[in-house]
Amino acid sequence: MHPAYSVIFFTVSSGAGLGLLAFMGLGPFTFGGETSDMIWAAFILGFAMAVGGLISSTFHLGHPERAWRAMTQWRSSWLSREGVIAVAALIVAAIFAALWLLLDLSSALLGIVTTILAMLTVWATGMIYAQIKAVDLWHRWLTPVCYLLFSLAGGITLFIFIHAVFTGKAGYELSSMAMVMLLVAWAVKMFWWMGADRAPTSTPESATGLGHLGKVRLLEKPHTGSNYLQREMGFQIARKHARKLRLIALVLGAVAPILLILLAIPAPLDVLWLGLAVISHLAGMLVERWLFFAEARHAVMNYY
Amino acid sequence: MPPLDEPNVERSPKVSDEIKCTTCYMCACRCGINVHVRDGLVRYIEGNKKHPVNKGVLCAKGSAGIMQHYSPARLMTPLKRVGPRGSGEFEPISWEEALDTAVSWLKPIRETDPKKLAFFTGRDQSQSFTGMWAQQFGTPNFAAHGGFCSVNMAAGGIYTMGGAFWEFGSPDWERTKMFMIFGVAEDHDSNPIKMGLGRLKERGAKVVAVNPVRTGYNAIADEWVGITPGTDGLFVLSLAHELIRTGHVDLDYLLRYTNAPWLVIRDPGAADDGLFARDAEGNPLVLNRHANEVQNAKTARKNAALKGEATLADGRKAVPVFHLMAEKYLDEQYSPDAVAEKTGIDAATIRRLAAELADVAFNQSIEVAQPWTDVYGERHETMIGRPVSMHAMRGISAHSNGFQTCRAIHVLQLLIGSVECPGGFRFKPPYPKPVEAHPKPHGNYKPNSPLDGPHLGYVRGPEDLLLNDDGSPKRIDKAYSWDAPMSAHGLMHMVISNATAGDPYRIDTLFMYMANMSWNSSMNTRGVMDMLEQRDESGEYVIPHIIYSDAYSSEMVAYADLVLPDTTYLERHDCISLLDRPICEADAAADAIRWPVVDPKTQGVNRDVKGFQSALVELGAKLALPGFVNDDGTAKYADYADYMVNHERKPGIGPLAGWRGKDGESHGRGEPNPNQIEKYIENGGFWIEHIPEEAMYYKFANQAYQDWAVGLGLFDSPQPYTMQLYVETVQKFHLAAEGHGDRQPPEHMRQRVLDTFDPLPAWYAPFEEAMVDQTEYPLHAITQRPAAMYHSWGSQNAWLRQIHGRNPLYVPGELCDQHGLEDGDWAHVSSYHGRITVPVARMDAVNGKTLWTWNAIGKRAGAWALNENAPEVTKGFLLNHLIHELLPPKGDGLRWTNSDPITGQAAWYDLRVKLEKADGPPPEMTKPSFEAQKGPAKQGPDTVTYGEEWAK
Amino acid sequence: MTQLPETTERKLGLVIDLDTCVGCHACVISCKEWNTGGYGAPLADTDAYGSDPSGTFLNRVHTFEVKPADKPAMVTHFPKSCLHCEDAPCVTVCPTGASFKRSEDGIVLVHEDHCIGCGLCAWACPYGAREMDAVEKVMKKCTLCVDRIYNENIPEEDRVPSCVRTCPAGARHFGDIGDPDSDVSKLVAERGGFDLMPEQGTKPVNKYLPPRPKQQMSDDLDEPVNLAALAEPTANGGFLGWLDNALERLG
Ligand SMILES: Nc1nc2c(c(=O)[nH]1)N[C@H]1C(S)=C(S)[C@@H](COP(=O)(O)OP(=O)(O)OC[C@H]3O[C@@H](n4cnc5c(=O)[nH]c(N)nc54)[C@H](O)[C@@H]3O)O[C@H]1N2
Ligand SMILES: Nc1nc2c(c(=O)[nH]1)N[C@H]1C(S)=C(S)[C@@H](COP(=O)(O)OP(=O)(O)OC[C@H]3O[C@@H](n4cnc5c(=O)[nH]c(N)nc54)[C@H](O)[C@@H]3O)O[C@H]1N2
Ligand code: SF4
Ligand code: SF4
Ligand code: SF4
Ligand code: SF4
Ligand code: SF4
Ligand SMILES: [Mo]
Repeated sequence: MHPAYSVIFFTVSSGAGLGLLAFMGLGPFTFGGETSDMIWAAFILGFAMAVGGLISSTFHLGHPERAWRAMTQWRSSWLSREGVIAVAALIVAAIFAALWLLLDLSSALLGIVTTILAMLTVWATGMIYAQIKAVDLWHRWLTPVCYLLFSLAGGITLFIFIHAVFTGKAGYELSSMAMVMLLVAWAVKMFWWMGADRAPTSTPESATGLGHLGKVRLLEKPHTGSNYLQREMGFQIARKHARKLRLIALVLGAVAPILLILLAIPAPLDVLWLGLAVISHLAGMLVERWLFFAEARHAVMNYY
Repeated sequence: MPPLDEPNVERSPKVSDEIKCTTCYMCACRCGINVHVRDGLVRYIEGNKKHPVNKGVLCAKGSAGIMQHYSPARLMTPLKRVGPRGSGEFEPISWEEALDTAVSWLKPIRETDPKKLAFFTGRDQSQSFTGMWAQQFGTPNFAAHGGFCSVNMAAGGIYTMGGAFWEFGSPDWERTKMFMIFGVAEDHDSNPIKMGLGRLKERGAKVVAVNPVRTGYNAIADEWVGITPGTDGLFVLSLAHELIRTGHVDLDYLLRYTNAPWLVIRDPGAADDGLFARDAEGNPLVLNRHANEVQNAKTARKNAALKGEATLADGRKAVPVFHLMAEKYLDEQYSPDAVAEKTGIDAATIRRLAAELADVAFNQSIEVAQPWTDVYGERHETMIGRPVSMHAMRGISAHSNGFQTCRAIHVLQLLIGSVECPGGFRFKPPYPKPVEAHPKPHGNYKPNSPLDGPHLGYVRGPEDLLLNDDGSPKRIDKAYSWDAPMSAHGLMHMVISNATAGDPYRIDTLFMYMANMSWNSSMNTRGVMDMLEQRDESGEYVIPHIIYSDAYSSEMVAYADLVLPDTTYLERHDCISLLDRPICEADAAADAIRWPVVDPKTQGVNRDVKGFQSALVELGAKLALPGFVNDDGTAKYADYADYMVNHERKPGIGPLAGWRGKDGESHGRGEPNPNQIEKYIENGGFWIEHIPEEAMYYKFANQAYQDWAVGLGLFDSPQPYTMQLYVETVQKFHLAAEGHGDRQPPEHMRQRVLDTFDPLPAWYAPFEEAMVDQTEYPLHAITQRPAAMYHSWGSQNAWLRQIHGRNPLYVPGELCDQHGLEDGDWAHVSSYHGRITVPVARMDAVNGKTLWTWNAIGKRAGAWALNENAPEVTKGFLLNHLIHELLPPKGDGLRWTNSDPITGQAAWYDLRVKLEKADGPPPEMTKPSFEAQKGPAKQGPDTVTYGEEWAK
Repeated sequence: MTQLPETTERKLGLVIDLDTCVGCHACVISCKEWNTGGYGAPLADTDAYGSDPSGTFLNRVHTFEVKPADKPAMVTHFPKSCLHCEDAPCVTVCPTGASFKRSEDGIVLVHEDHCIGCGLCAWACPYGAREMDAVEKVMKKCTLCVDRIYNENIPEEDRVPSCVRTCPAGARHFGDIGDPDSDVSKLVAERGGFDLMPEQGTKPVNKYLPPRPKQQMSDDLDEPVNLAALAEPTANGGFLGWLDNALERLG
């Protein structure tokens, strides 16, 4: 599948942003309810990344001016659901944040709803891909789980960084939580990758129905010219490159951030280390997301 | 009821303002089309359901007519060359200047030496008109493109059966049970063949495809015979061997309708050895096997002997044709085991196919309950059918043994009695027509006079060759000389090279129409470009003037000094005439017109184009050619439409057969009708007249058919005839080579004539194969026509070029493995003449010694209004660079043309090559590559959104 | 309208005969010319005369080579357009309702004015039946010529899809596949029509008819036609002996 940069940026940015907002939703229970610069910063970053991502996702639309229509088909379409839930999540989160930041009122109820909606949004994003039966790699229940876990891991990692910026401390428990989340998310992702080598559901034989006659091979494409399908679904990275990139994703997304967090706990330069951890993790996520598309083979390629 | 929120869809949108019926010319198949015109533009083109050729269907090209009609490569005005030849630099001029320029070159030629004009037309459908023009001009140098196309099929068919495959006949699709198709990818009758194949599939008839490549028609055949190129003659004669060996021949048919019983003189060394024994009136003789007496073939007929020796009145011996055939083909050299290796077909398959042919022809024969009377007066209660049909085209003809192979196929058909019978192969009027009903060739010219007769025809022997007293050819293409004695269509592929070499002479003006001679229709393309650019000592071009008519910015346009821009096919009058290549069906005579369904003036800014035929009418008048001016010197015809209606070939017979007579009530014969074209338009652009039931089959011997044909004006008198298994004309040339008569081949050609002019079909190795080292060049390389492209025309078409924008060389899987080639790799392919570097693709469904590619996809940079980096230029290629118009030198200083020695047909598919993997990174582009031409058309727009004016 | 109708009154679709298709691309171009001036936006071609021409087509013909173990390789031409699936995933994923399946005849369409050009439906279609138009940026797909098959401005006999009307080989059939008595249903039953990628669970309406067995080798015939058995001449005196007898019979 063609890795569209707007979509990659969207899922990485919104994922982490919504993860941060989800984490903030738990604020009233975990780190207390007082307004502070830190809380301001966390909300601003969370909203900026979530909204920025969502806006960027409209860049790949042919008709962004009609984007509002995408909210109408929530009964059947995960993309529509994502839109609806995202808006709901942002509205609830905004009320929640506004009460907290402006009136110093951190509502546990609104917080919990914010967390749930933010996570549902991410889940819906994952489901957009997971529902595509034509892409074996995506069409698995683990796909939305990965999205969810990455979102949470990203959210916490962002938060410990902000926490460090404003408090000068990495915070032992928070950092541990971040490391655990990163570990869990990437472990599940590795499990997801392991499943990538399954036999394809559809083959040129089933695509043409000619398998009973013998081995089927494309002789001539329907056009020597290019077409939308080839551009959109025809992209597939070679296996050996994919392996390298997976490793890079893993190192940037998990190994490096964890080491940096470990460094940050005792070290004086924690803000720097945690900043690098965030950057490294997001970079790792970009690679992961790029691969998410680039490794995926669409059933239509049985015809090309 | 749909749910409330289900969008409402407009079910009955308006399609067009008007539907105009005309004839397609996206290729030469001549299908009927309904052109939907909306707001003065072409909205949609569909097949005309009532039309006899296509009955409503349309091919990809036909449907893409919109893009051709609005192509950015269209020529817009007459042009005068300003840059050097080939550069593509032109200046627009007016029609007046253009025609005056042409006259200034042509008039002096006509007044002094008319042969200095060579007028050759390419994909022409108006040969009866262009030929007439050339005849009135007086040059001997006229032909259309048949010589490089498929004259082997035309001549092989006419000399054997009085008609050819091409589009001049067709299988009896409704009745045939086994259809064998040899060497066909598309053919001229392309929609009818596809419709026919579909019908055979529906009916469960068996289709056997003989072809090195298994695509298209061959892919859907029930059986594929992946023959090695150039060996079909062996395969077919081996089938004949089996059929004769086992007695599966239709003796009744052979006796009644063929020259099988005719006696052939056996007198080795005599001047008439091998000719038919004849009586004093010239009637062929047979041996009456009951009376054991030599008699006139017509009277003895069924009682004739097919074997044995007869003693002629003069005491000499003669044997029936069939006897000679049996002797010849029963020879071991034609046994399946003997031919298996060369043909690449195993002996068991050949035997089985022979058995299947026999089984279908004789055990599954059919009978149509239709009484009829033959021309000998015998009444038959039924029509017997041998439901085996055959078709063949360029895979057979584009070889230097193609005439003989074509004849072999026809002889096979005749052996089982399957020509013109129910379920067999049937002719379309005006065929069948014996050789005797065709003119002989003419070539006597003198200043200021018309030629002594029509240029092209069928020779009966060396006496009809067009030779000067010194034995040199009269024609520039050497047609009807010893190079190509039974030429029939001329040798367009030799004109430029002969004229440049001054062999047999130099010319002054080369006038061409609709032929892309500096590219895909020439062998040795680079060489032809050089010839067109070649200058003599004085710095003048060796071919001083080139006039060319094209409708588009083709590669050839750049080589013209004067360009006459034609309209597109939707903007001009044309007739698809019974005098030419009409649209007849096996059960009807029919002809058709084209007419301007849109006005050229409204189809492009500042467009000033003119139908070529109309331009020729004007030119004829300006030159005061007889037939083009009235007695007072004024122009006889206003334009081609006027000619179509008012020209009479002989009284009552004109280009169009329908609605003749003042009142428009007569058909076939009748006075010109001023409203004739309106009548055609009212009737959907065509005229059709059905053949009576009784006259449907055995037309060559069917009295009712002969009478009907005379009534319609196809003939002036009945033309029944006997099918020629043994062709005496061929033997006459053979005798000349043996040393008889006053016209003998020059010494260096004598042996070749002896080897190839066999009056009974024979096989000899294709020339190139025989002359090159086969270990050095072990492979064959051929092309196929893609269904969705017409030669070079298609590349300017925004839709079609997406389907075939480049062409790989298909390489058999085993060869790929041997050479380590994978899809997308590049390879060098070399022949004795040249080398190309091209991308390859793997294919398994192909003869293991055969490489192939799609024809004419490769384009020269700058042509066709395409970007210079178009895939056609960078990834497309022509095989033509490997094919030379001359065979390798033999050491005697003389080189033979790469053509069939009998007809002069260009031997495109004799090509032998070797293959090498191109190492290193993939090249930027295919080789050879050429400097870009500058136009005249500039690159088309970036984006096409045709139809946006009608989108809501 | 992204929910699929539970049932449709009819199941209009195409039946494509792989035994007859010669791969001529007529249906491809006829579809293009009909639709570029018809339903919705024109079908654009970008870089139309350039180095990378690319256009929107609603129907394309692929060519496959099939290599049986013991027979020569075969070539099959394979036309493909929207299959108007009963369980059309392209419809249910659409966030705007632009994609819908008509309850009346089962035709799957895009209401272009509502399409945001997100491309998700093209991802959801396993068959590659949807193409985003590069100029209008809306999703295009086969309409089953909904603007022909009911069109009162064209003669009744022509109210079939453009591709069907044009196909020279007669390899394309149109009708109600939901009606077991329709010609197309009978053809499917007779010839063993099949679904493409049934494992995708889309329940395509369009059906494909398989190529009939090819290349009857002498030894696969039940009763091989044997020329030796048909042959008579050997009886007395070889071919010429046979000739005498045969002529005798002719009288
Ligand atoms: N390698 C190889 N070479 C071959 C063949 C092959 O099989 N293999 N086939 C050979 C055969 S059989 C043939 S017939 C030739 C065909 O080759 P050509 O006779 O050259 O045919 P085209 O390429 O179709 O182009 C003819 C010219 O007609 C022009 N034209 C198109 N429409 C019109 C019109 O309406 N009016 C006018 N005035 N001009 C028009 C085109 O622009 C083009 O320049 O190629 C031969 N060359
Ligand atoms: N779409 C389309 N239709 C066309 C044309 C076009 O350009 N495009 N051109 C028109 C013209 S001008 C012509 S002349 C006709 C020609 O129509 P065809 O006769 O169909 O011409 P080719 O494409 O040259 O096909 C020749 C076939 O012969 C096979 N072949 C080659 N060598 C041999 C051999 O030795 N033995 C056998 N058995 N087969 C062999 C090739 O594989 C190929 O399939 O088509 C006409 N129709
Ligand atoms: S075969 Fe195609 S291009 Fe040729 S005349 Fe017929 S419709 Fe036109
Ligand atoms: S028009 Fe018919 S024969 Fe031609 S490609 Fe389409 S389905 Fe096949
Ligand atoms: S073929 Fe594709 S586009 Fe058509 S209905 Fe089925 S899933 Fe949808
Ligand atoms: S591209 Fe258009 S039709 Fe397709 S899913 Fe998006 S909005 Fe729906
Ligand atoms: S039914 Fe109409 S839209 Fe669909 S492929 Fe055929 S011509 Fe194209
Ligand atoms: Mo030709």
